Amino acid sequence: MRALRPSVVTAVAAVAALTVVTGCAEKSDGKGDGAVQVVAGDSSCEVSSKRIPAGHVELAVENKGSKVTEVYVLFPDGRIVTERENIGPGTKARVTAEIKAGTYEIACKPGMKGKGIRQTVEVTGGKAAARSPEMDKAVADYRTYVQAQADETLPKVKVFTDAVTAGDIEAAKKAYAVSRIGWERTEPVAESFGDIDPKVDFREDGLEDGQEWTGWHRLEKALWQDGKLGAEEKALAPRLYKDLEDWQKRVGRAEITPTSMANGAKELLDEVATGKVTGEEERYSHTDLVDFKANVEGAERSYELLKPIASKNDAALTASLDKQFAALDTLLDKYRADKTSYDFTPYDKVGAADRKELSDAVNALAEPLSKLAAAVTK
Amino acid sequence: MTETGIEGEGTGGAPSRRALLGWGGAGLALGAAAAGGVAAVRSGEDAEPAADSGAAVPFHGAHQAGIATAVQDRLHFASFDVTTKDRAELIALLKEWTRAAERMTAGRTVGEGAYGGVAEAPPDDTGEALGLRPSRLTLTIGFGPSLFAEDRFGLADRRPEALVDLPKFPGDNLDATRSGGDLCVQACADDPQVAVHAIRNLARIGMGRIAVRWSQLGFGKTSSTTPHSQTPRNMMGFKDGTRNISGTDESALRKHVWAGATDGTGWMTGGSYLVARRIRMHIETWDRAPLQEQEDIFGRDKGEGAPVGKAKERDEPFLKAMLPTAHVRLAHPDSNNGARMLRRGYSFTDGTDGLGRLDAGLFFLAYQRDVRTGFIPVQRGLAASDALNEYIQHVGSAVFAVPPGVRDTDDWWGRALFS
Repeated sequence: MRALRPSVVTAVAAVAALTVVTGCAEKSDGKGDGAVQVVAGDSSCEVSSKRIPAGHVELAVENKGSKVTEVYVLFPDGRIVTERENIGPGTKARVTAEIKAGTYEIACKPGMKGKGIRQTVEVTGGKAAARSPEMDKAVADYRTYVQAQADETLPKVKVFTDAVTAGDIEAAKKAYAVSRIGWERTEPVAESFGDIDPKVDFREDGLEDGQEWTGWHRLEKALWQDGKLGAEEKALAPRLYKDLEDWQKRVGRAEITPTSMANGAKELLDEVATGKVTGEEERYSHTDLVDFKANVEGAERSYELLKPIASKNDAALTASLDKQFAALDTLLDKYRADKTSYDFTPYDKVGAADRKELSDAVNALAEPLSKLAAAVTK
Repeated sequence: MTETGIEGEGTGGAPSRRALLGWGGAGLALGAAAAGGVAAVRSGEDAEPAADSGAAVPFHGAHQAGIATAVQDRLHFASFDVTTKDRAELIALLKEWTRAAERMTAGRTVGEGAYGGVAEAPPDDTGEALGLRPSRLTLTIGFGPSLFAEDRFGLADRRPEALVDLPKFPGDNLDATRSGGDLCVQACADDPQVAVHAIRNLARIGMGRIAVRWSQLGFGKTSSTTPHSQTPRNMMGFKDGTRNISGTDESALRKHVWAGATDGTGWMTGGSYLVARRIRMHIETWDRAPLQEQEDIFGRDKGEGAPVGKAKERDEPFLKAMLPTAHVRLAHPDSNNGARMLRRGYSFTDGTDGLGRLDAGLFFLAYQRDVRTGFIPVQRGLAASDALNEYIQHVGSAVFAVPPGVRDTDDWWGRALFS
């Protein structure tokens, strides 16, 4: 878990590599000056022209709805070309950008939530935008992976939460760590939503005064530390399931870019370095190595998808990453008898020297991994 | 040993942190002049003026800087395990480290700097030394006995005879996690942040090939190599290192510190052997000892530092006037067949020990021509009889072969060993 981190969504606009000039709230009506008119309502997003000449494109936005809205121009893979937030009801705003030929979507988001109401537009003339099919593929494949992780996780969560509800401590303990694997593999994406992680994956020390403690770790403490499940804990189990259903619904729509994938991989190793190697994450259940393995698997998945791009730009880096991922995987295998199972040695049974060896292996991987984003965007 | 290679050594022409700050090249010369009366700089040797604490110490030379160099105020010492099994990777690391050390000792950042690079990539340099002067940073590398082990890097037959494993001395209570190491780097500087920056960046460059085994910060030098400056005091309040080898005493350095061409290990010619010991002091009990007992234990008085029966610190000690168990008597060359070492240790205080007591003491660093005739016989005598033992405990230990200096920008740390 990690509180309040902008994570995956950062630097998205920078990736667009476009000159973006967003105007102040506009006073003139914006008509008759070549701007594309966008009229945003509470349930509509009308665009005056679906075919727009390439080059300097200006959107004159008018919010005729009752909610604060925002307007985006998006690449086909969901990356942002330009955006404008906080357009109040009854106000106007201008958004400008240099846009190359290609297919884009204009999205209005009344209430500044959700996927928004989208219109497809063709930008024509000039040179086509330099789309990278391999980058699009990496992002699309990773999106599929993230969704699959959530889809596979929910039934495992159900086993865990049902056991808690039934008051079956042994069954709940057994189901606990495996219910977290899909989440841990894709954690930076889930954290990009901001609101789900605090509900499902907070540790007690991450809470603010007065904040209710819910989620996996609350139940972990009840199972291993208290050794009993009270009415409160039993009631929290279905809430955990419901919050994770929300994750499952939303995770496929997360904003993902090659940069965010690379940074997400690095962040997964950061999670290992700050939470798992120290034994803080699973301080009651000592199942830290399960999370550890899942974090590394998630990072490795991102890396494998980006490798075709990165290896062209920095072959030495990908050679180093191949080697260090393999070394860490081999080291982790020392802590499980069966390489297909997630039955790892409890972390309280891992001695200081072994923990240092794990920490050194994490450093050895995380340092080159921190250079992956640059190798992808070169 | 020969002194070839001193001529024509370069310090690199690139701008230093100092120059960028507008101090300009004149700052060094003015600082030297202002220092007044300090030993003159001799063709890039290590006798730069101690008072010019912001200057850069030349990295290149026949010997590594950081040994005969006037002792700086601060230390960050790190011991590393080599984690790669690949000799070529180790050599590549030593080359990268050398280039980074050249830059940092000149007051520059490593790699492409701390900012202004690719936005998606972490900066090469960690940045905390930006705006700081070179601060006489020296970086000194050493190779531990374990690096020469069979089946590691093909160095077993290159291990110097003088690089022996230290025996266990009576009273040792060594912590394995604060002892040994395949490599060490001693970073000394007049600004602690400059020393820490150097170790941090070398460790970062090495990740995947090396891992930090242990490290030690030191804050107050306990010996000087500049005999005309005031002798520093250790944590027990006594002047320490009064009779230390001077960094300008070529004859003593040749005799006691630098490994010679005839010593049996050619690649070590111009190098030295380093013993590092973490010596915990029982500060609280020491502070309760009566003054007379304290002075008897050392064999010097507390105020002036004069040997027993003498008036001045630098008066020749009369050993027989001291107790047979007095520290100074036991450590004196006359009690040890003339053995001398160049000491450049530092005091440390690593917070408290959980029992409300200072975790403090001396991080002892001594350079010598041969450990077998230097530290080992001296420490045998001290461990057996030193009255100070009641107040100290050796808790960490390491020994390293410190290779000769890096001659120029084509040379690298350990070239002679691996070639």
